[in-house]
Amino acid sequence: MNEDEIRARARAFREATPASDRLAFLRARFDAGLAWVHFPEGLGGLGAPRELQLAVEQELEGTPQLDPGLQAIGLGMAAPTILAFGTEEQKKRFLRPLWTGEEIWCQLFSEPGAGSDLATLATRAVRDGDEWVVDGQKVWTSGAHHARWAILVARTDPDVPKHRGLTYFVCDMHAPGVEARPLRQITGEAEFNEVFLTGVRLPDDLRLGAVGDGWRVAQTTLMNERVAIGGNAGRRGGGMIGMVAQTWRERPELRTPDLHQRLLRLWVEAEVTRLAGVRLREQLAAGQPGPEGSGMKLAFASLNQALTGLEVELRREEGLGYDDWTFRRSESVDFAGRDAGYRYLRAKGNSIEGGTSEILRNIISERVLGLPSEPRVDKDIPWKDLPR
Amino acid sequence: MTSLLYSEVEEELRAAVRGVLADKSSPASVLARVESDAPYDMGLWKTLAADMGVAGLLIPESRGGAGASAREVAVVLEELGRSVAPVPFLTSAVLATTALLAAPEDPGDLLSRLASGDLTAALAVPFSASPYGFRDETVTAGADGTLSGRVTAVAGAAVADVLLVPASGALYAVEAGHATVETVPSLDLTRPIATVTLWSAPAVRIASDLSGVRRALLTGAGLLASEQLGVAKWCLDTTLAYLKERHQFARPIGSFQAIKHRMADLWLDVVRARAAARGAADALAGEEDPSLAVAVAQAWCGDVAVHVAEEALQLHGGIGMTWEHPLHLFLKRAKAAQLALGTPGDHRQQVGVLADLPA
Ligand SMILES: Cc1cc2nc3c(=O)[nH]c(=O)nc-3n(C[C@H](O)[C@H](O)[C@H](O)COP(=O)(O)OP(=O)(O)OC[C@H]3O[C@@H](n4cnc5c(N)ncnc54)[C@H](O)[C@@H]3O)c2cc1C
Repeated sequence: MNEDEIRARARAFREATPASDRLAFLRARFDAGLAWVHFPEGLGGLGAPRELQLAVEQELEGTPQLDPGLQAIGLGMAAPTILAFGTEEQKKRFLRPLWTGEEIWCQLFSEPGAGSDLATLATRAVRDGDEWVVDGQKVWTSGAHHARWAILVARTDPDVPKHRGLTYFVCDMHAPGVEARPLRQITGEAEFNEVFLTGVRLPDDLRLGAVGDGWRVAQTTLMNERVAIGGNAGRRGGGMIGMVAQTWRERPELRTPDLHQRLLRLWVEAEVTRLAGVRLREQLAAGQPGPEGSGMKLAFASLNQALTGLEVELRREEGLGYDDWTFRRSESVDFAGRDAGYRYLRAKGNSIEGGTSEILRNIISERVLGLPSEPRVDKDIPWKDLPR
Repeated sequence: MTSLLYSEVEEELRAAVRGVLADKSSPASVLARVESDAPYDMGLWKTLAADMGVAGLLIPESRGGAGASAREVAVVLEELGRSVAPVPFLTSAVLATTALLAAPEDPGDLLSRLASGDLTAALAVPFSASPYGFRDETVTAGADGTLSGRVTAVAGAAVADVLLVPASGALYAVEAGHATVETVPSLDLTRPIATVTLWSAPAVRIASDLSGVRRALLTGAGLLASEQLGVAKWCLDTTLAYLKERHQFARPIGSFQAIKHRMADLWLDVVRARAAARGAADALAGEEDPSLAVAVAQAWCGDVAVHVAEEALQLHGGIGMTWEHPLHLFLKRAKAAQLALGTPGDHRQQVGVLADLPA
């Protein structure tokens, strides 16, 4: 299907479908194959090239839209993983409500003892007939408090080296034994949680991929996570730099020569980073994916942190205040709706979530530049014998 | 449609230029060349300019050129940067040619002769001249139409047959034979500068204002970013190869995380330099005002090339400090290019003007 056909289809859909009921509209859009055109027919797509999605978005501008914040993990991580590894039944069951936002997803990967070194995780899943019994603790789980489902990695075989004994599941967040407790963040609110899994029973048809193949499945999730976090190109002068620039323009009394120099440096860095993102997307569209992707998240993390830090400093006296320290469970990250102080604090997480900047530098230097790997002393030792 | 990627034609051009440079401009031969009395390699320039036609890329076909655009020129500059080839491409085929293209008069059909490679030209301005603050204060046109004065730090002048000289608010063409051109010891060994002195030199007026000169400086600044990208890329690649091969403490030095992380950061800088340089080349080839894209590219790439070259030297250890290793040629080129056609600070200042971020 080419661009003209897709545009025509989207226009026809728009004319034929009432937009008054948001959910009904989104369901119909999914069923028309206009959710994500690169997905197969019957699963919200048309089997078309990914870049044609842009044409659909243009044609459907002004119609009911998804909630990208709340649905980030579902759309950015769970969906591509389910598409790649799910059975036909799983795809049919999960993808539609995931896309429409009727069901929110969260990610049960990190644990108190396993962050960067995710493969050492200790949450156990033990087979019991047609079911798995899951016990363990997860942490930093964003949005667990409103999630219907989770993507979960658990250890099914402690007797083999760490990467080999893992299995990937969809976890029912409403199942007995799942308990999410809020964790208060430096911003005051609780976006993430600790999640206790106690004797949680998951039917075997919630397993994604083969038993013992969880690491490979998780790689798909993590690759997509980094693209999702770093992959938005935006428009020139927009995004985080746009917010600082707006303050700069509106408040001449705050300007100093030093801040001006630093702002200009960051404006240039934001612009060349944006251009690298544009170029990356052109490469993907032309079917020649470049290694640039691994770098984008790294670049955005440091840029966001520098920009938000500058904005607090720029605001001087106001920078001494803070909009709201109330401890509440937030819906999603709200960079635009909150004050500079919140942005500054929240941006600190950008170099930690989804792989720390140090881990990303390891990945770039090894997989892109071909430098020798870090020593892997634990590679051949059964997981149960690892020092901890 | 604009694109930051390379077209097939551009890749073919790159391969052709790279082939010639690999053959005729190895680091060892460049080093030998810059130590000789003739630092510019005019044999190589003849091959590139006349045989391959790169001198005429920006010149329309009707004047004997290739009728190509800034995008193709940028690809040539990437390759020339990658080999620090001592040829007057930027100074003649970009700076002088752009000024001539903008001039209403072209007596003697200079453009056709530039396109064919018969003639080499230079724009007689200090190489450090910025597109934003350029003024011609050092040469004056007499009542008899001759020029007198002195211009310092002119790149590419020593091998130019024709000098384009801004004087008294207009632009003139002067045969090099009527000027004294004195090469001075230069930081950049592969693009030495010279002092140009004129004593009542016969001249032909080709433009009555300096708008073409400013356009040339802007175009030169935007395309210099691609040369800087080439310099940075060579430094990155060469260092990477060295880190894999050099052993200390019984392991390749590239296995130390402190070094791996620095390389990842440099790589990310170069990735963004490529996007910025392509952005400027594409904007210069297009219809819209390229000023902001140029200022962004030059503000970023000028510093990145220097930083990558400096890191490359550090990561080579002692061998990086030797005259024998070609690295210093790249460091010197990077540092001089950072100052050329406006410093990164000048370009950032211009970003402030164009992006509405007033002081
Ligand atoms: C805001 C936020 C939201 C999050 N949301 C989720 C979520 O929804 N689901 C989920 O599963 N997880 C989530 N995380 C967790 C996140 O993925 C982990 O925090 C991250 O992977 C780092 O793990 P860690 O916290 O255990 O730190 P550690 O791995 O202990 O790292 C500590 C420090 O050591 C460095 N380090 C570790 N290993 C190396 C190495 N090999 N080389 C060099 N340096 C190294 C790290 O870079 C870091 O600076 C979230 C985190 C944050 C901050």
